[in-house]
Amino acid sequence: MANKKAFHKKESRSKPLPAETDTLTEISKVIEQKHNTGSKKVEICLIVISLLFLFVMLLLPLLVVVISALKDGFTAYMNAVTDSYTIKALTLTILATVIAVVINTVFGIFAAWTISKYHFRGKQFLVSLIDIPFAISPVIAGLIFILTFGNIGWAKGLADLLGTKIVFAVPGVVIATIFVTFPFISREILPVLNAQGKDEEEAAALMGASGFKIFRKITFPHIKWALLYGIILCSARAMGEFGAVSVLSGRLRGKTTTLPLHVEILYNEFNTTAAFAVSSILVILAVLILIARNIVEYKKKQ
Amino acid sequence: MQQQIVKVKNKKGIHVIPGFSLSMGVTITLLGLIVLIPLASIALTASKLSPMEFFKIVTDKQVVSGYIVSLSCALIAALVNSVFGVILAWVLVRYDFPCKRIVDGMIELPFALPTAVAGIALTSLYVDKGWIGGIFAQAGIEIAYTSIGITIAMIFIGIPFVVRSIQPVLEKLDNEYEEAAAILGASRRRIFFKVIFPEIFPAMLTGFGLALARGIGEYGSVVFIAGNIPLKTQIAPLLIVSKLEQYKYADATAIALILLIISFLILLLINIIQVRTSKYTNS
Repeated sequence: MANKKAFHKKESRSKPLPAETDTLTEISKVIEQKHNTGSKKVEICLIVISLLFLFVMLLLPLLVVVISALKDGFTAYMNAVTDSYTIKALTLTILATVIAVVINTVFGIFAAWTISKYHFRGKQFLVSLIDIPFAISPVIAGLIFILTFGNIGWAKGLADLLGTKIVFAVPGVVIATIFVTFPFISREILPVLNAQGKDEEEAAALMGASGFKIFRKITFPHIKWALLYGIILCSARAMGEFGAVSVLSGRLRGKTTTLPLHVEILYNEFNTTAAFAVSSILVILAVLILIARNIVEYKKKQ
Repeated sequence: MQQQIVKVKNKKGIHVIPGFSLSMGVTITLLGLIVLIPLASIALTASKLSPMEFFKIVTDKQVVSGYIVSLSCALIAALVNSVFGVILAWVLVRYDFPCKRIVDGMIELPFALPTAVAGIALTSLYVDKGWIGGIFAQAGIEIAYTSIGITIAMIFIGIPFVVRSIQPVLEKLDNEYEEAAAILGASRRRIFFKVIFPEIFPAMLTGFGLALARGIGEYGSVVFIAGNIPLKTQIAPLLIVSKLEQYKYADATAIALILLIISFLILLLINIIQVRTSKYTNS
């Protein structure tokens, strides 16, 4: 940001510079002017390319959703949105998202704190392990839970013991959501904690503060915006997760379908308008998340 | 035992801050329960297959074609994204234009928009009667339900990775060197390729690798536009899903294992190249 300001300042300064006798400045001025006139065309060209690309690739799909959703009129739209299956799917989506955010927040804080505040062997390895869910196809994420808790899974007995079904049931949907969003929050907090160092915490510890007090009074104020940012990213991904959830849910309509799965079911039933109407709920949520993300990022920079 | 471990660690640095064992314990427990133990199941299931069986599954015609479709489309998409990613990052960092903040915020849309929604939106946009597909259909080019459609969906989900990798590097880039090069008489193009590009190359590579890995594993946004024509537009993740639907767990595991290895290799390769290039540019 600061760099950019400096860049503009230099540019504006070079133009109205009063006639100087220094020939070197003259030469550099001429060169810069030449470059600026040449770059103006390039600038406009690149901006147009960028905007066109974004319009076609990102904005048009959004517009399609909105227009297709309202194609059969507002009543049809409202019917699809207030359908009881839609409401149930929305409830499950919110439930899975909230649980995923809570667990990943706990994990993210502990993991980032452990990695940034202590010395231990294999730290880089631990960081790589945490990032695994990023590298894994969501379908494979679903598969591993089927192989663990499903009919052929070695831990099926454990699930039976707890008296719950995991695969093709709500716990499976929740656990898949947790898995795919697992690294989000620790990833956002870790750079902030690393940059902050541990001098303050060590000073507090030497003065006799307890671990929790150190966290609450010193660490938390540093990471609160990064944490919020991570929570926003985590909920965005959690509510939209499709691959992993679709493998694990078994698509029991009204029971284990999240909103994205409900969209898929409607679409495959050629109920396109309803599919887009339900999608529009997710689009609205996505846009809200983007706005929140930008506000938080702005605050984080400050 | 516990005492001994602490003593060994003390040589490197004392844990001045209390709570190491608690926070390490919580981290490892959650990581183990949610990621590592379930992931081990894949190795466990795969180990029950004999090498011959494994080989037979993954060299099946349909499976090989699935890998090829996923890999080639993801590769093309990541390449396209690298080019546009550099342009977008450059425009967002260096130029000022109206609504820049909104445009900047929009880049993250593919992260925020659920993949299934993106999938059906792209499909209806690119089918023969769609807004964009209609234009191309007149020229006789089909997009939806072909590998072009798959590639477009992968471009959609991959673009933020490249832009967001390059942007911070461009922002930090000191333009002293560019000015020096300009004063020494280098052309704009030469400055870009000789001064700026080497600086952003490692970041571009990271973005490329992330977009590629994401594209290979992507399911939601691709499955609708792919049309799933056997041997033509069936992506590898879809094969896993269809094997699961037939309760062929061993087959699904074998296909998944190869896919996992490919993704990890890509990320590893990118890491190695990145370390090399950063050494090179720093010296």
